[in-house]
Amino acid sequence: MEKIPEKNKEIIIKNDSIDMANCPTCSTKVRIEAKNLTIKYGKEFGVKNVSVPIHDKNVTALIGPSGCGKTTFLRCLNRMHDLNKKVSISGQVLLDGQDIYDSKVNPVNIRRKIGMVFQKPTPFPTMSIYDNVVAGLKLVGIRNKSLLNEVCEKALTQAALFDEVKDRLKSPGGSLSGGQQQRLSIARALAIEPEVILMDEPTSSLDPKSTLKIEDLIFELKKNYSIVIVTHNLPQAARVSDCSIFMYLGELIEYGKTEKLFKNPSDKRTEEYITGKFG
Amino acid sequence: MANNLGNIINKKPIHIIYRWLGDKIFLSLSFILGLTIVLLAIAMGFVLYSESGETFKTFGVWGFIKGTDWDAGLHMSFGALPFIFGTLVTSIFSLLIAFLPSIAIAIFIAEYAPKWLSNITDNLINLIAAIPSVVVGIWGIFVFAPWMRDTFYMPIFLWTAENYPTLLPIIGSPIGYGMTTATIILALMIIPYITVLTKDAIKKVPQEQREAAYALGATKWEVIRMAILPYARGGIMAGAMLSFGRAIGETMAVAMLIGNKNSFPFSIVGPASTIPSVIINEFREAVSNIHVSSLMALGLILFVISLIVNLIAAYITRKLSITGGKVI
Repeated sequence: MEKIPEKNKEIIIKNDSIDMANCPTCSTKVRIEAKNLTIKYGKEFGVKNVSVPIHDKNVTALIGPSGCGKTTFLRCLNRMHDLNKKVSISGQVLLDGQDIYDSKVNPVNIRRKIGMVFQKPTPFPTMSIYDNVVAGLKLVGIRNKSLLNEVCEKALTQAALFDEVKDRLKSPGGSLSGGQQQRLSIARALAIEPEVILMDEPTSSLDPKSTLKIEDLIFELKKNYSIVIVTHNLPQAARVSDCSIFMYLGELIEYGKTEKLFKNPSDKRTEEYITGKFG
Repeated sequence: MANNLGNIINKKPIHIIYRWLGDKIFLSLSFILGLTIVLLAIAMGFVLYSESGETFKTFGVWGFIKGTDWDAGLHMSFGALPFIFGTLVTSIFSLLIAFLPSIAIAIFIAEYAPKWLSNITDNLINLIAAIPSVVVGIWGIFVFAPWMRDTFYMPIFLWTAENYPTLLPIIGSPIGYGMTTATIILALMIIPYITVLTKDAIKKVPQEQREAAYALGATKWEVIRMAILPYARGGIMAGAMLSFGRAIGETMAVAMLIGNKNSFPFSIVGPASTIPSVIINEFREAVSNIHVSSLMALGLILFVISLIVNLIAAYITRKLSITGGKVI
């Protein structure tokens, strides 16, 4: 990568601070805020000193070329990196002002508040569709049948899957098509009523029709949830997100309203990435 | 350039013949070797069957299987039922004893133990699995059986002698050898097998499945229960069945510890026999044709039982295993 002239660097920093303090579109409050977040895999940097707010009832897209640290950053937001001992994290991630990396915080509770949908659909193959949806509720000890039925129906409806599966809730989750499995994964994440939903390239393994359904779904969901979505698909980011974060080589290059970032990026690298010059 | 290379590869006749020939030779060689295995298994079964012809002629196949007499001294009458019973009971009980501890060990090694510890336990488990069964047997004879005699058989014998003296013939003399001793030793011997196979099955569970459970707010144990064990169930059950097959065929340690009583009634606390143990004990003294033939027939029965167990294992693996997130 070319070295950035000092002058440009200043501009970036200035832009960042302007966006973060007062993002023009995001009238809602800040839900998650990363502060000086640095993530290392052993000695290699995954994410370098990223500070960015994520607003409530809003879709934030993380874009950037492969290996730029998008997924690393996303997984940091619900402490998924705890599973890998080689990863070290410094800085803060504040959820409603509370640092989720505080030693007093139980990661299990954080993950209940911040749900996640993965790149590949991950229904539990031995469980039925119904059991998949209510799996998270059963974990917290809810056994009330009518409540479970109600939540199951609600979550599946929210995930736009209920009409397709209502007659075969007892058949295995693995029997669905890829797109349906991904919506089932979303329903499962919704069933525990999280506050934030993280999506890691949720449509990368799906066909265009299923992709469109998921995008519609995201649009619906943002009325009630904050959503952070990692995507390689730039048109998708433009379609679904309100704010966008452009990352490059582990650094946050630009953050702001999606429309502005796509039409009139302030950084040269953002412009080059968006116009397809690299990445 | 590319064109040139294409010419070199495709146009030289010697290359075409050479490649064609190589393909054919490899194909026929692997076909023949593959066929050998199949033929070998069939041949073994056939030899066992033909060698046991005399027994089957004398007692009938079914008559031999359900016969309870095994008298090689006086009446020359042979029946396999006590040994089939002894084999199945010791194997089933040893599997029941070994199953849960093995899974717990496997979960510990695969999921909880830090890397250095799991490496050590891994190697130790393999080492235990590699101990020759005669070594286990001699430990059983000189250490375990006396201990069992003093803490287990003797009290039961005394209690029975006091309360139900008529049952003493079933219990047999409290020498420390018997079904319980053999079953426990068998369980110890198959624990490493189930552990290794379960551990492999657990390690094959995709990381995405674990993460999906974690993302729902599951604790470590809940992840294991919800995502890992169900996903690995095919491998775990197949491992248990294969270990069961090994327990059925285990010879030396069992022959050394089971007490070698050749006729009913058996009791779980008294001496008994299994098919392998009676074969190893009697093949030297088998001089009459009918005796040899009966031992061969026992061998055939063991062969068939092992075959059935392996087929069940294969069926379970196929039925329960999970590929690409879909239940097959």
